[in-house]
Amino acid sequence: MDRFSWSNGLLEINETLVIQQRGVRLYDGDDKSKILYYFTSLCSWFCEQAAGIGKSAKIVIHLHPAAANKEPGPYQNSKYSYIKLSFKEHGQIEFYRRLTEEMTRRRWEEKPVSQTSPVGPQAGRTRAVGIVGIERKIEERRKETDKNISEAFEDLSKLMEKAKEMVEVSRSIANKIKDKQGDISEDETIRFKSYLLSMGIANPVTRETHGSGTHYHLQLAKQLGDMLQAPLELLSPEDLVNACKMFESLKLPLRLRVFDSGVMVVQLQSHSEEEMIASALDSVTDKGSLTAEEFAKLLGLSVLLSKERLLLAEKMGHLCRDDSVEGLRFYPNLF
Amino acid sequence: MSFEWPWQYSFPPFFTLQPNVDTRQKQLAAWCSLALSYCRHHRLYTLDVMEAQESPVFNNKKIERKLSMEAIQVVFEELRKKGNLEWLDKNKSRCLVMWRRPEEWGKLIYQWVSKNGMNNSVFTLYELSNGDDTQGEDFHGLEEWMLLRSLQALQTDGKAEIISMDDGKGVKFF
Repeated sequence: MDRFSWSNGLLEINETLVIQQRGVRLYDGDDKSKILYYFTSLCSWFCEQAAGIGKSAKIVIHLHPAAANKEPGPYQNSKYSYIKLSFKEHGQIEFYRRLTEEMTRRRWEEKPVSQTSPVGPQAGRTRAVGIVGIERKIEERRKETDKNISEAFEDLSKLMEKAKEMVEVSRSIANKIKDKQGDISEDETIRFKSYLLSMGIANPVTRETHGSGTHYHLQLAKQLGDMLQAPLELLSPEDLVNACKMFESLKLPLRLRVFDSGVMVVQLQSHSEEEMIASALDSVTDKGSLTAEEFAKLLGLSVLLSKERLLLAEKMGHLCRDDSVEGLRFYPNLF
Repeated sequence: MSFEWPWQYSFPPFFTLQPNVDTRQKQLAAWCSLALSYCRHHRLYTLDVMEAQESPVFNNKKIERKLSMEAIQVVFEELRKKGNLEWLDKNKSRCLVMWRRPEEWGKLIYQWVSKNGMNNSVFTLYELSNGDDTQGEDFHGLEEWMLLRSLQALQTDGKAEIISMDDGKGVKFF
Protein backbone atom coordinates (compact mmCIF):
# COMPACT_ATOMS: atom_id res chain seq x y z
CA MET A 1 0.00 0.00 0.00
CA ASP A 2 1.78 3.03 -1.30
CA ARG A 3 -0.88 5.58 -0.56
CA PHE A 4 -0.01 6.31 3.00
CA SER A 5 2.19 8.95 4.57
CA TRP A 6 3.86 9.02 7.92
CA SER A 7 2.14 10.91 10.65
CA ASN A 8 3.20 11.80 14.16
CA GLY A 9 -0.06 10.49 15.55
CA LEU A 10 -1.32 13.90 16.61
CA LEU A 11 -4.26 15.66 14.99
CA GLU A 12 -3.51 18.46 12.56
CA ILE A 13 -5.43 21.75 12.71
CA ASN A 14 -8.08 20.79 10.23
CA GLU A 15 -8.45 17.26 11.47
CA THR A 16 -10.98 15.89 13.92
CA LEU A 17 -11.09 12.55 15.59
CA VAL A 18 -14.11 10.68 14.29
CA ILE A 19 -13.71 7.27 15.81
CA GLN A 20 -11.09 5.19 17.54
CA GLN A 21 -11.14 1.44 17.59
CA ARG A 22 -8.75 -0.94 19.23
CA GLY A 23 -7.66 -4.22 17.91
CA VAL A 24 -7.74 -3.36 14.25
CA ARG A 25 -5.24 -5.04 12.01
CA LEU A 26 -4.27 -3.32 8.84
CA TYR A 27 -3.74 -5.37 5.70
CA ASP A 28 -1.91 -4.09 2.68
CA GLY A 29 -4.26 -5.61 0.19
CA ASP A 30 -4.30 -9.09 1.58
CA ASP A 31 -0.93 -8.89 3.22
CA LYS A 32 -0.85 -8.44 6.93
CA SER A 33 0.90 -5.41 8.37
CA LYS A 34 1.02 -4.08 11.86
CA ILE A 35 1.44 -0.37 11.40
CA LEU A 36 -1.55 2.02 11.75
CA TYR A 37 -1.82 4.85 9.29
CA TYR A 38 -4.25 7.53 8.33
CA PHE A 39 -5.31 8.32 4.84
CA THR A 40 -3.95 11.12 2.79
CA SER A 41 -5.52 10.06 -0.41
CA LEU A 42 -9.19 9.69 -0.84
CA CYS A 43 -11.08 6.51 -0.59
CA SER A 44 -13.08 5.84 -3.66
CA TRP A 45 -15.20 3.18 -2.12
CA PHE A 46 -15.19 0.58 0.54
CA CYS A 47 -17.19 -2.39 1.61
CA GLU A 48 -17.71 -4.72 4.46
CA GLN A 49 -16.49 -8.23 4.59
CA ALA A 50 -18.56 -10.24 6.97
CA ALA A 51 -16.85 -12.32 9.63
CA GLY A 52 -16.57 -15.99 8.97
CA ILE A 53 -15.55 -19.01 11.04
CA GLY A 54 -12.13 -18.29 12.41
CA LYS A 55 -12.07 -15.01 10.62
CA SER A 56 -12.86 -11.56 12.03
CA ALA A 57 -15.06 -9.03 10.22
CA LYS A 58 -13.23 -6.80 7.83
CA ILE A 59 -13.73 -3.52 6.06
CA VAL A 60 -12.15 -3.27 2.64
CA ILE A 61 -11.19 0.22 1.55
CA HIS A 62 -10.19 1.03 -1.95
CA LEU A 63 -7.94 4.02 -2.24
CA HIS A 64 -7.34 6.46 -5.08
CA PRO A 65 -3.84 6.61 -6.43
CA ALA A 66 -1.69 8.93 -4.40
CA ALA A 67 -0.90 12.41 -5.66
CA ALA A 68 2.57 12.97 -6.95
CA ASN A 69 3.44 15.26 -4.06
CA LYS A 70 2.54 12.79 -1.39
CA GLU A 71 4.63 12.77 1.75
CA PRO A 72 6.80 9.73 2.27
CA GLY A 73 5.14 6.75 3.85
CA PRO A 74 5.86 3.20 4.89
CA TYR A 75 5.67 1.84 1.38
CA GLN A 76 6.97 3.41 -1.75
CA ASN A 77 5.39 0.84 -3.96
CA SER A 78 2.59 -1.64 -3.58
CA LYS A 79 0.82 -3.93 -5.93
CA TYR A 80 -2.48 -3.43 -4.12
CA SER A 81 -4.93 -0.56 -4.47
CA TYR A 82 -6.90 -1.56 -1.44
CA ILE A 83 -6.40 -2.16 2.23
CA LYS A 84 -8.29 -4.21 4.73
CA LEU A 85 -9.15 -3.37 8.30
CA SER A 86 -9.62 -6.46 10.39
CA PHE A 87 -11.59 -5.96 13.59
CA LYS A 88 -10.28 -8.43 16.14
CA GLU A 89 -12.22 -6.91 18.98
CA HIS A 90 -15.40 -6.01 17.14
CA GLY A 91 -16.50 -2.40 16.58
CA GLN A 92 -16.66 -2.86 12.84
CA ILE A 93 -20.31 -1.81 12.63
CA GLU A 94 -19.78 1.51 14.30
CA PHE A 95 -16.53 2.04 12.43
CA TYR A 96 -18.25 1.29 9.14
CA ARG A 97 -21.05 3.66 9.96
CA ARG A 98 -18.72 6.50 10.85
CA LEU A 99 -16.61 5.84 7.80
CA THR A 100 -19.70 5.95 5.58
CA GLU A 101 -20.76 9.15 7.24
CA GLU A 102 -17.43 10.81 6.78
CA MET A 103 -17.22 9.66 3.20
CA THR A 104 -20.61 11.22 2.55
CA ARG A 105 -19.91 14.45 4.29
CA ARG A 106 -16.42 14.84 2.88
CA ARG A 107 -15.51 17.22 5.61
CA TRP A 108 -11.94 17.33 4.44
CA GLU A 109 -13.19 19.10 1.35
CA GLU A 110 -14.96 21.91 3.19
CA LYS A 111 -13.10 25.16 3.11
CA PRO A 112 -11.64 26.13 6.49
CA VAL A 113 -13.25 29.08 8.37
CA SER A 114 -10.21 31.32 8.35
CA GLN A 115 -9.95 31.32 4.61
CA THR A 116 -11.67 34.30 2.99
CA SER A 117 -12.82 33.78 -0.55
CA PRO A 118 -15.47 35.58 -2.57
CA VAL A 119 -17.09 32.57 -4.13
CA GLY A 120 -18.49 29.94 -1.78
CA PRO A 121 -18.36 26.41 -3.07
CA GLN A 122 -15.64 26.98 -5.61
CA ALA A 123 -12.84 28.23 -3.43
CA GLY A 124 -12.69 25.29 -1.07
CA ARG A 125 -11.58 22.76 -3.58
CA THR A 126 -7.99 22.26 -4.38
CA ARG A 127 -8.35 19.33 -6.69
CA ALA A 128 -10.59 19.49 -9.71
CA VAL A 129 -8.93 17.40 -12.33
CA GLY A 130 -10.45 15.01 -14.76
CA ILE A 131 -13.69 13.12 -14.59
CA VAL A 132 -13.21 12.51 -10.95
CA GLY A 133 -13.04 16.23 -10.46
CA ILE A 134 -16.27 16.81 -12.35
CA GLU A 135 -17.98 14.06 -10.44
CA ARG A 136 -16.79 15.61 -7.26
CA LYS A 137 -18.13 19.02 -8.24
CA ILE A 138 -21.56 17.58 -8.88
CA GLU A 139 -21.48 15.66 -5.65
CA GLU A 140 -20.40 18.76 -3.81
CA ARG A 141 -23.22 20.84 -5.10
CA ARG A 142 -25.70 18.19 -4.19
CA LYS A 143 -24.28 17.99 -0.71
CA GLU A 144 -24.43 21.73 -0.36
CA THR A 145 -28.08 21.85 -1.35
CA ASP A 146 -28.86 18.94 0.88
CA LYS A 147 -27.12 20.63 3.74
CA ASN A 148 -29.00 23.87 3.22
CA ILE A 149 -32.31 22.15 3.09
CA SER A 150 -31.69 19.98 6.06
CA GLU A 151 -30.33 22.92 8.02
CA ALA A 152 -33.37 24.99 7.26
CA PHE A 153 -35.74 22.29 8.25
CA GLU A 154 -33.87 20.90 11.18
CA ASP A 155 -33.72 24.25 12.75
CA LEU A 156 -37.15 25.71 12.51
CA SER A 157 -36.03 28.99 13.93
CA LYS A 158 -33.66 29.38 11.04
CA LEU A 159 -36.58 28.93 8.70
CA MET A 160 -38.43 31.62 10.53
CA GLU A 161 -35.42 33.85 10.09
CA LYS A 162 -35.49 33.32 6.39
CA ALA A 163 -39.18 34.03 6.27
CA LYS A 164 -38.64 37.15 8.30
CA GLU A 165 -36.03 38.31 5.86
CA MET A 166 -38.47 37.84 3.04
CA VAL A 167 -41.11 39.85 4.79
CA GLU A 168 -38.59 42.58 5.54
CA VAL A 169 -37.60 42.76 1.91
CA SER A 170 -41.21 43.05 0.79
CA ARG A 171 -41.89 45.64 3.44
CA SER A 172 -38.96 47.76 2.47
CA ILE A 173 -40.01 47.59 -1.15
CA ALA A 174 -43.54 48.52 -0.23
CA ASN A 175 -42.23 51.46 1.78
CA LYS A 176 -40.06 52.57 -1.05
CA ILE A 177 -43.11 52.56 -3.25
CA LYS A 178 -44.98 54.57 -0.70
CA ASP A 179 -42.21 57.13 -0.50
CA LYS A 180 -41.77 57.42 -4.20
CA GLN A 181 -45.46 57.38 -4.87
CA GLY A 182 -45.13 60.05 -7.47
CA ASP A 183 -42.47 58.27 -9.46
CA ILE A 184 -44.18 54.93 -9.82
CA SER A 185 -47.32 54.73 -11.85
CA GLU A 186 -50.61 53.87 -10.22
CA ASP A 187 -50.99 50.70 -12.22
CA GLU A 188 -47.62 49.42 -11.21
CA THR A 189 -48.32 50.19 -7.61
CA ILE A 190 -51.59 48.36 -7.76
CA ARG A 191 -50.01 45.41 -9.46
CA PHE A 192 -47.21 45.25 -6.95
CA LYS A 193 -49.56 45.46 -4.05
CA SER A 194 -51.58 42.60 -5.46
CA TYR A 195 -48.37 40.57 -5.66
CA LEU A 196 -47.69 41.30 -2.05
CA LEU A 197 -51.17 40.28 -1.12
CA SER A 198 -50.91 37.07 -3.04
CA MET A 199 -47.82 36.27 -1.01
CA GLY A 200 -49.93 36.73 2.06
CA ILE A 201 -48.19 39.88 3.20
CA ALA A 202 -50.53 42.59 4.36
CA ASN A 203 -49.95 45.74 2.43
CA PRO A 204 -48.75 48.37 4.92
CA VAL A 205 -50.30 51.11 2.88
CA THR A 206 -53.78 49.86 3.70
CA ARG A 207 -53.22 50.56 7.36
CA GLU A 208 -54.45 54.05 6.70
CA THR A 209 -57.82 54.98 8.13
CA HIS A 210 -60.57 53.47 6.14
CA GLY A 211 -62.18 56.83 5.65
CA SER A 212 -59.49 57.98 3.30
CA GLY A 213 -58.99 54.67 1.52
CA THR A 214 -56.65 54.01 -1.30
CA HIS A 215 -56.99 54.19 -5.00
CA TYR A 216 -56.70 50.43 -5.15
CA HIS A 217 -59.74 49.95 -2.94
CA LEU A 218 -61.73 52.56 -4.73
CA GLN A 219 -61.20 50.78 -7.98
CA LEU A 220 -62.10 47.53 -6.35
CA ALA A 221 -65.22 48.99 -4.82
CA LYS A 222 -66.36 50.20 -8.19
CA GLN A 223 -65.87 46.77 -9.60
CA LEU A 224 -67.86 45.24 -6.79
CA GLY A 225 -70.54 47.78 -7.34
CA ASP A 226 -70.89 46.45 -10.85
CA MET A 227 -72.61 43.52 -9.23
CA LEU A 228 -69.65 41.15 -8.98
CA GLN A 229 -69.91 39.80 -12.47
CA ALA A 230 -67.51 37.33 -14.10
CA PRO A 231 -65.18 35.72 -11.58
CA LEU A 232 -62.55 38.22 -10.58
CA GLU A 233 -59.12 37.24 -9.50
CA LEU A 234 -59.02 35.96 -5.97
CA LEU A 235 -59.63 38.65 -3.41
CA SER A 236 -58.39 38.72 0.12
CA PRO A 237 -61.22 39.13 2.66
CA GLU A 238 -59.55 42.22 4.02
CA ASP A 239 -59.68 43.90 0.63
CA LEU A 240 -63.29 42.95 0.18
CA VAL A 241 -64.26 44.48 3.50
CA ASN A 242 -62.29 47.64 2.85
CA ALA A 243 -63.88 48.01 -0.54
CA CYS A 244 -67.34 47.47 0.90
CA LYS A 245 -66.77 50.24 3.41
CA MET A 246 -66.60 52.61 0.51
CA PHE A 247 -70.01 51.97 -0.90
CA GLU A 248 -71.53 55.02 0.71
CA SER A 249 -68.86 57.45 -0.42
CA LEU A 250 -69.13 56.11 -3.92
CA LYS A 251 -72.89 56.51 -3.84
CA LEU A 252 -73.45 52.86 -4.63
CA PRO A 253 -76.78 51.29 -3.69
CA LEU A 254 -75.08 48.83 -1.33
CA ARG A 255 -74.13 49.10 2.30
CA LEU A 256 -71.83 47.22 4.58
CA ARG A 257 -73.57 46.53 7.82
CA VAL A 258 -71.78 45.43 10.97
CA PHE A 259 -73.77 43.79 13.74
CA ASP A 260 -72.82 43.93 17.41
CA SER A 261 -71.62 40.37 17.28
CA GLY A 262 -69.16 41.33 14.54
CA VAL A 263 -71.04 39.69 11.73
CA MET A 264 -70.80 41.77 8.57
CA VAL A 265 -73.29 41.69 5.75
CA VAL A 266 -73.67 43.47 2.46
CA GLN A 267 -77.21 44.64 1.95
CA LEU A 268 -79.20 46.87 -0.29
CA GLN A 269 -79.41 50.45 0.85
CA SER A 270 -83.17 50.33 0.81
CA HIS A 271 -83.07 47.92 3.71
CA SER A 272 -83.36 50.31 6.60
CA GLU A 273 -83.06 49.36 10.21
CA GLU A 274 -86.54 50.44 11.21
CA GLU A 275 -88.08 48.23 8.60
CA MET A 276 -86.15 45.22 9.82
CA ILE A 277 -87.12 45.79 13.43
CA ALA A 278 -90.75 46.44 12.63
CA SER A 279 -91.06 43.31 10.57
CA ALA A 280 -89.36 41.28 13.30
CA LEU A 281 -91.75 42.61 15.92
CA ASP A 282 -94.73 41.89 13.71
CA SER A 283 -93.72 38.32 13.11
CA VAL A 284 -93.01 37.66 16.76
CA THR A 285 -96.23 39.24 17.97
CA ASP A 286 -98.15 37.35 15.37
CA LYS A 287 -96.79 34.00 16.46
CA GLY A 288 -96.56 34.82 20.16
CA SER A 289 -92.90 33.98 20.25
CA LEU A 290 -90.21 32.89 17.80
CA THR A 291 -86.85 31.23 17.77
CA ALA A 292 -84.18 32.26 15.29
CA GLU A 293 -84.74 29.06 13.32
CA GLU A 294 -88.50 29.62 13.12
CA PHE A 295 -87.98 33.20 12.05
CA ALA A 296 -85.49 32.12 9.40
CA LYS A 297 -87.99 29.70 7.95
CA LEU A 298 -90.68 32.35 7.97
CA LEU A 299 -88.62 34.88 6.06
CA GLY A 300 -86.59 32.53 3.92
CA LEU A 301 -83.38 33.93 5.38
CA SER A 302 -80.34 32.26 6.82
CA VAL A 303 -80.53 31.49 10.54
CA LEU A 304 -77.56 33.74 11.15
CA LEU A 305 -79.23 36.73 9.54
CA SER A 306 -82.60 36.18 11.17
CA LYS A 307 -80.93 35.89 14.58
CA GLU A 308 -79.15 39.17 13.97
CA ARG A 309 -82.49 40.83 13.26
CA LEU A 310 -84.07 39.46 16.40
CA LEU A 311 -81.10 40.59 18.45
CA LEU A 312 -81.33 44.01 16.92
CA ALA A 313 -85.00 44.27 17.82
CA GLU A 314 -84.15 43.16 21.36
CA LYS A 315 -81.44 45.78 21.55
CA MET A 316 -83.96 48.43 20.58
CA GLY A 317 -86.23 47.22 23.35
CA HIS A 318 -88.99 45.79 21.19
CA LEU A 319 -88.33 42.17 22.05
CA CYS A 320 -87.23 40.29 25.09
CA ARG A 321 -85.75 36.82 25.42
CA ASP A 322 -86.62 33.54 27.06
CA ASP A 323 -83.52 31.45 27.54
CA SER A 324 -84.16 27.95 28.78
CA VAL A 325 -83.27 24.33 28.16
CA GLU A 326 -85.77 24.47 25.33
CA GLY A 327 -83.61 27.02 23.54
CA LEU A 328 -83.57 30.75 22.94
CA ARG A 329 -86.94 32.26 22.16
CA PHE A 330 -87.97 35.85 21.56
CA TYR A 331 -91.18 37.49 22.82
CA PRO A 332 -92.61 40.95 22.38
CA ASN A 333 -91.28 43.12 25.18
CA LEU A 334 -94.25 43.40 27.53
CA PHE A 335 -92.22 44.67 30.45
CA MET B 1 -106.66 35.03 51.05
CA SER B 2 -104.49 33.25 48.54
CA PHE B 3 -101.57 34.97 47.08
CA GLU B 4 -102.13 36.72 43.76
CA TRP B 5 -99.38 36.29 41.25
CA PRO B 6 -98.52 39.22 38.96
CA TRP B 7 -98.89 38.82 35.20
CA GLN B 8 -95.10 38.57 34.77
CA TYR B 9 -95.12 35.34 36.72
CA SER B 10 -96.66 33.55 33.72
CA PHE B 11 -94.43 35.27 31.17
CA PRO B 12 -91.49 33.00 30.34
CA PRO B 13 -89.00 35.82 29.66
CA PHE B 14 -89.56 36.92 33.27
CA PHE B 15 -87.32 34.03 34.32
CA THR B 16 -84.45 34.98 32.01
CA LEU B 17 -82.18 37.80 33.07
CA GLN B 18 -82.63 40.30 30.24
CA PRO B 19 -79.54 41.63 28.49
CA ASN B 20 -81.19 44.87 27.41
CA VAL B 21 -80.47 47.29 30.26
CA ASP B 22 -83.81 49.11 30.21
CA THR B 23 -85.75 45.89 29.97
CA ARG B 24 -83.72 44.44 32.82
CA GLN B 25 -84.47 47.35 35.11
CA LYS B 26 -88.19 46.85 34.67
CA GLN B 27 -87.78 43.13 35.11
CA LEU B 28 -85.85 43.49 38.36
CA ALA B 29 -88.34 45.99 39.73
CA ALA B 30 -91.08 43.47 39.10
CA TRP B 31 -89.07 40.74 40.81
CA CYS B 32 -88.38 42.83 43.88
CA SER B 33 -92.03 43.68 44.19
CA LEU B 34 -93.05 40.03 43.81
CA ALA B 35 -90.50 38.77 46.33
CA LEU B 36 -91.49 41.32 48.94
CA SER B 37 -95.20 40.87 48.58
CA TYR B 38 -94.80 37.10 48.74
CA CYS B 39 -92.79 37.39 51.94
CA ARG B 40 -95.29 39.83 53.36
CA HIS B 41 -98.16 37.54 52.54
CA HIS B 42 -96.55 34.60 54.20
CA ARG B 43 -94.94 36.59 57.00
CA LEU B 44 -91.51 35.50 56.02
CA TYR B 45 -88.76 37.47 57.66
CA THR B 46 -85.78 35.43 56.61
CA LEU B 47 -84.92 33.58 53.43
CA ASP B 48 -82.50 30.78 52.73
CA VAL B 49 -81.13 31.18 49.25
CA MET B 50 -80.98 27.47 48.43
CA GLU B 51 -84.52 26.96 49.58
CA ALA B 52 -85.64 30.05 47.72
CA GLN B 53 -84.66 28.55 44.40
CA GLU B 54 -87.18 25.79 44.93
CA SER B 55 -89.89 27.94 46.41
CA PRO B 56 -92.82 28.88 44.15
CA VAL B 57 -91.67 32.49 44.05
CA PHE B 58 -88.69 31.79 41.85
CA ASN B 59 -89.93 28.54 40.39
CA ASN B 60 -93.04 28.42 38.28
CA LYS B 61 -93.68 24.74 37.69
CA LYS B 62 -96.66 25.47 35.50
CA ILE B 63 -94.61 27.06 32.72
CA GLU B 64 -91.52 25.07 33.64
CA ARG B 65 -89.37 28.08 34.24
CA LYS B 66 -87.24 29.08 37.17
CA LEU B 67 -84.78 31.82 37.97
CA SER B 68 -81.16 30.78 37.82
CA MET B 69 -79.08 31.05 40.96
CA GLU B 70 -77.18 33.88 39.31
CA ALA B 71 -80.38 35.76 38.62
CA ILE B 72 -81.67 35.21 42.17
CA GLN B 73 -78.48 36.74 43.51
CA VAL B 74 -79.03 39.73 41.24
CA VAL B 75 -82.57 40.17 42.55
CA PHE B 76 -81.35 39.89 46.15
CA GLU B 77 -78.65 42.44 45.52
CA GLU B 78 -81.26 44.76 44.14
CA LEU B 79 -83.34 44.30 47.30
CA ARG B 80 -80.32 44.95 49.44
CA LYS B 81 -79.60 48.17 47.63
CA LYS B 82 -83.14 49.31 48.26
CA GLY B 83 -82.80 48.53 51.96
CA ASN B 84 -85.20 45.60 51.99
CA LEU B 85 -82.66 42.84 52.51
CA GLU B 86 -79.77 42.15 54.80
CA TRP B 87 -77.31 39.26 54.59
CA LEU B 88 -76.92 37.23 57.72
CA ASP B 89 -73.63 35.61 56.66
CA LYS B 90 -70.62 36.32 54.50
CA ASN B 91 -71.47 33.49 52.14
CA LYS B 92 -74.78 35.08 51.33
CA SER B 93 -76.75 31.96 52.05
CA ARG B 94 -79.30 33.46 54.45
CA CYS B 95 -80.82 36.88 54.58
CA LEU B 96 -83.30 39.02 56.43
CA VAL B 97 -86.15 40.21 54.28
CA MET B 98 -87.64 43.51 55.27
CA TRP B 99 -90.75 43.77 53.24
CA ARG B 100 -91.38 46.64 55.54
CA ARG B 101 -88.43 48.69 56.59
CA PRO B 102 -87.73 49.30 60.30
CA GLU B 103 -88.72 52.92 59.98
CA GLU B 104 -92.06 51.89 58.56
CA TRP B 105 -92.64 49.43 61.37
CA GLY B 106 -91.71 52.02 63.91
CA LYS B 107 -94.25 54.41 62.47
CA LEU B 108 -96.99 51.77 62.62
CA ILE B 109 -96.21 50.90 66.22
CA TYR B 110 -96.14 54.52 67.28
CA GLN B 111 -99.44 55.16 65.58
CA TRP B 112 -101.02 52.35 67.58
CA VAL B 113 -99.46 53.64 70.77
CA SER B 114 -100.78 57.15 70.18
CA LYS B 115 -104.18 55.98 69.07
CA ASN B 116 -104.62 54.14 72.32
CA GLY B 117 -103.28 56.94 74.43
CA MET B 118 -100.43 54.87 75.66
CA ASN B 119 -97.74 57.45 75.43
CA ASN B 120 -95.44 57.41 78.44
CA SER B 121 -96.20 53.76 78.95
CA VAL B 122 -93.64 51.05 79.18
CA PHE B 123 -93.90 47.79 77.35
CA THR B 124 -91.80 44.70 77.14
CA LEU B 125 -90.89 43.63 73.69
CA TYR B 126 -92.90 40.47 74.11
CA GLU B 127 -96.00 42.43 75.00
CA LEU B 128 -95.73 44.42 71.87
CA SER B 129 -95.20 41.59 69.48
CA ASN B 130 -97.26 38.90 71.18
CA GLY B 131 -99.54 40.58 73.64
CA ASP B 132 -103.32 40.27 73.45
CA ASP B 133 -103.63 43.98 72.99
CA THR B 134 -101.77 43.97 69.75
CA GLN B 135 -103.73 41.13 68.22
CA GLY B 136 -104.87 42.04 64.76
CA GLU B 137 -102.19 44.63 64.33
CA ASP B 138 -99.84 44.27 61.49
CA PHE B 139 -96.86 44.20 63.75
CA HIS B 140 -98.27 41.41 65.81
CA GLY B 141 -95.95 38.45 65.50
CA LEU B 142 -93.06 40.63 64.43
CA GLU B 143 -89.79 38.84 65.03
CA GLU B 144 -87.73 40.31 67.81
CA TRP B 145 -84.78 41.40 65.75
CA MET B 146 -87.10 43.41 63.51
CA LEU B 147 -89.01 44.85 66.43
CA LEU B 148 -85.79 46.01 67.99
CA ARG B 149 -84.69 47.73 64.86
CA SER B 150 -88.03 49.42 64.52
CA LEU B 151 -87.85 50.70 68.07
CA GLN B 152 -84.29 51.82 67.48
CA ALA B 153 -85.57 53.84 64.54
CA LEU B 154 -88.15 55.48 66.85
CA GLN B 155 -85.46 56.06 69.42
CA THR B 156 -83.41 57.91 66.85
CA ASP B 157 -86.47 59.99 66.19
CA GLY B 158 -86.83 60.73 69.85
CA LYS B 159 -90.15 59.01 70.10
CA ALA B 160 -89.14 56.11 72.26
CA GLU B 161 -86.42 54.76 74.48
CA ILE B 162 -85.27 51.21 74.74
CA ILE B 163 -84.67 50.10 78.29
CA SER B 164 -83.20 47.01 79.89
CA MET B 165 -85.40 45.04 82.22
CA ASP B 166 -84.91 42.02 84.42
CA ASP B 167 -85.77 39.45 81.82
CA GLY B 168 -85.08 41.26 78.63
CA LYS B 169 -85.65 44.52 76.92
CA GLY B 170 -88.47 46.94 77.01
CA VAL B 171 -89.47 50.30 75.58
CA LYS B 172 -90.92 53.49 76.78
CA PHE B 173 -92.88 55.63 74.39
CA PHE B 174 -92.99 59.38 74.56
